[in-house]
Amino acid sequence: MIGLNHYLVVSAILFTLGVLGIFANRKNLIVILMAIELILLAVNLNLVAFSAYLGDMVGQVFAMLVLTVAAGEAAIGLAILVIYFRGRGSIAVDDVNRMKG
Amino acid sequence: MIQLIVFLPLIAAIVAGFSNKSFGTTLPKLLTTGALFVSCALSWPIFIGFMTGSETAYVAPVLLWMQSGTLSFDWALRVDALTAVMLVVITSVSALVHLYSWGYMEEDPDQPRFFAYLSLFTFAMLMLVTADNLVQMFFGWEGVGLASYLLIGFWYKKPSANAAAIKAFVVNRVGDLGFMLGIFGIFLVFGTVSIPEILEAAPGMAGSTIGFLGMRLDTMTILCLLLFVGAMGKSAQLGLHTWLPDAMEGPTPVSALIHAATMVTAGVFLVCRMSPMFEVAPYALAVVTAIGAATCIFAATIGTTQTDIKRVIAYSTCSQLGYMFFAAGIGAYGAAMFHLFTHAFFKALLFLGAGSVIHAMHHEQDMRFYGGLRKHIPVTFWGMMAGTLAITGVGIYWLGFGFAGFHSKDAILESAWAAGQQGYGAFWVGVLAALLTSFYSWRLMFLTFWGKPRWAQSEHIQHAMHDAHGHHGETHGHAVAHADNPPAQEDKGHTPHEDHAAAHEIGDGTGGYKPHESPPTILIPLILLSVGAVFAGFAFKDFFIEPLAGAEFWKGSLYFDAPLAVAMHEVPMWVKLSASIVMLIGLFGAWYAYIRKPETPANFTDTFRVLYGFVLNKWYFDELYHKLFVRPAFAFGRLFWKAGDEGTIDRFGPNGSAKLVGWTSRLSGRLQSGYVYSYAFVMLIGLTAAVTWAIAG
Repeated sequence: MIGLNHYLVVSAILFTLGVLGIFANRKNLIVILMAIELILLAVNLNLVAFSAYLGDMVGQVFAMLVLTVAAGEAAIGLAILVIYFRGRGSIAVDDVNRMKG
Repeated sequence: MIQLIVFLPLIAAIVAGFSNKSFGTTLPKLLTTGALFVSCALSWPIFIGFMTGSETAYVAPVLLWMQSGTLSFDWALRVDALTAVMLVVITSVSALVHLYSWGYMEEDPDQPRFFAYLSLFTFAMLMLVTADNLVQMFFGWEGVGLASYLLIGFWYKKPSANAAAIKAFVVNRVGDLGFMLGIFGIFLVFGTVSIPEILEAAPGMAGSTIGFLGMRLDTMTILCLLLFVGAMGKSAQLGLHTWLPDAMEGPTPVSALIHAATMVTAGVFLVCRMSPMFEVAPYALAVVTAIGAATCIFAATIGTTQTDIKRVIAYSTCSQLGYMFFAAGIGAYGAAMFHLFTHAFFKALLFLGAGSVIHAMHHEQDMRFYGGLRKHIPVTFWGMMAGTLAITGVGIYWLGFGFAGFHSKDAILESAWAAGQQGYGAFWVGVLAALLTSFYSWRLMFLTFWGKPRWAQSEHIQHAMHDAHGHHGETHGHAVAHADNPPAQEDKGHTPHEDHAAAHEIGDGTGGYKPHESPPTILIPLILLSVGAVFAGFAFKDFFIEPLAGAEFWKGSLYFDAPLAVAMHEVPMWVKLSASIVMLIGLFGAWYAYIRKPETPANFTDTFRVLYGFVLNKWYFDELYHKLFVRPAFAFGRLFWKAGDEGTIDRFGPNGSAKLVGWTSRLSGRLQSGYVYSYAFVMLIGLTAAVTWAIAG
């Protein structure tokens, strides 16, 4: 029987993968965007799992909201990425350091 | 009246010192000189009043000064016989030096400043001698020190003058520390700083002891010794004498006024003023005698080897001050003051004469470049002659007449003998020093005024000649205008060019340069002081040292030992004649060595190279002090500078905190890598920490 714990473990694994995707990845920014999506999805999974477990619909409504925001965020992120690529000719993570103090 | 005497020079100094360029130089000069002559004219009646007995001692209050607990003292001017003597000496010499400076400092651009300093000095000195309490005396004491510093360093563009001024100031600080401790101690013991009260209470304190650093010391001895340390500093006694010869860097009138006639005698004055106190401290008196005698002989030996005309006279001053101190030490305070009085005249005369020679020789001070000046500057020559006769103590015992130094020096030597056991040593040292005095004084005269001219080699003269080529007429006219001689005598029918050429052909050592006599402003003081040098001893000796007239004159203003004054006359004949005999020996020695056989000195110095070097280098006192005090002081300073200030305070203070800021900012700057992931990582860490805290809290 698949219980709440299984969901939470999967969610935690996904979340950790997402976080590692942000830090450990030195390739390009698209991977970072994908990692962020992964983190959001992990959170969504949590929300839905708890919603089912508690029998409360609010969690699922909130998950829909997060999905919407995530879609918007992905769109904006990709748009910035495209503009950035046009400007700098590279989206490798190590090249993006213009915020250096 | 006494207020006028004391404060006129101050007013003149202030006005002259703060006058700006638009006043010109004549007005300040007139004002200061005039003020001094008025002071002088007012001082003599006081002195004469004390001699005739019409004047009595009094105190003229001026202002309230300080009142703090039991300590209270005022500005007050005390006039008694001792003060009157000093008043006359100070104002007379100062007035003449002011007048002299008109001629001597003629070409100096800073004359108002010079005259203001001179007047300021006179004021401070007058405050010193009229002081009614020790604190006011200390005010004058420091005032003369300040004026001396300013005047030694008057030519402040000369590094050597600045060094000498600082040296004088610093060495005097050592003495002043002693004086200050003495004043503190006196206040501690007597509860007052008023001089009459102290002197009244002093005999009662004899034999009492005071605890100091766990030792029990005799109160009076320790207090007197502290005061004497102050006197040693001011009066350049052995140990603290090193500043006086260097002080000759100042203009010559300054040397005459401050470093011969007045300021350096302040120590003798102090001892005489406090004489009733010294009388109850026999050990302190023994120290005074010993130091005085040691200085006397020590300075005289150095005087025989110096070649700078002013330094010879400076060491001679040092030596004569030694005479005064050992006279005071054996209890002959009257004789000490008498020598102070006569010395002021003949030593000021010698200095001013030397100044006149230097003026004539274009600031050449080395006697090796003089010679044969007798005919060129006759007035100066006769003035110097009077001074030399006075300092060497020329006189005829049986006639009872002699030059100033004859009476005063004999009085000191006879007192020394008459004082018995404690005076014998001082007597023999004094006689030996008199021999050396005679030798170096006549050596100075012979080198300067006799022999052949030797100044062709002098750089100063060569400079003068070089300049003269450009504007010969002007220089020559200048000389004529100032000389006493009528132009015809000066020129002797030569044109300057012929003169010059002739001299070159003959090669007579003049290099074509003819020294010219100084202007009247220089010669008049010389003549007046000559009168003093000739008659000051003869005219005043009764009042200073004779048993009856002396007691009548001093009226208790110093401790007058009448029995000693009587005993002085009952010494053996050979004692009385000893000074005259050694004077003749010294004269003969100098004559033989510098006129009869001029190669003698060179032979002598070759034979006794070590001894000569020792004396020529002033017994290596400067070197010793350099090793003993100056270098350790520098090392100490460097230690505090490098290790203390730079190494500790700066390192951990301002520099350290600045470095810390830079270091942390560099460190935090490294965090700003610009990489998105590191920012995200930090954000995550922060978030995690915040959440952990929220949950755990």
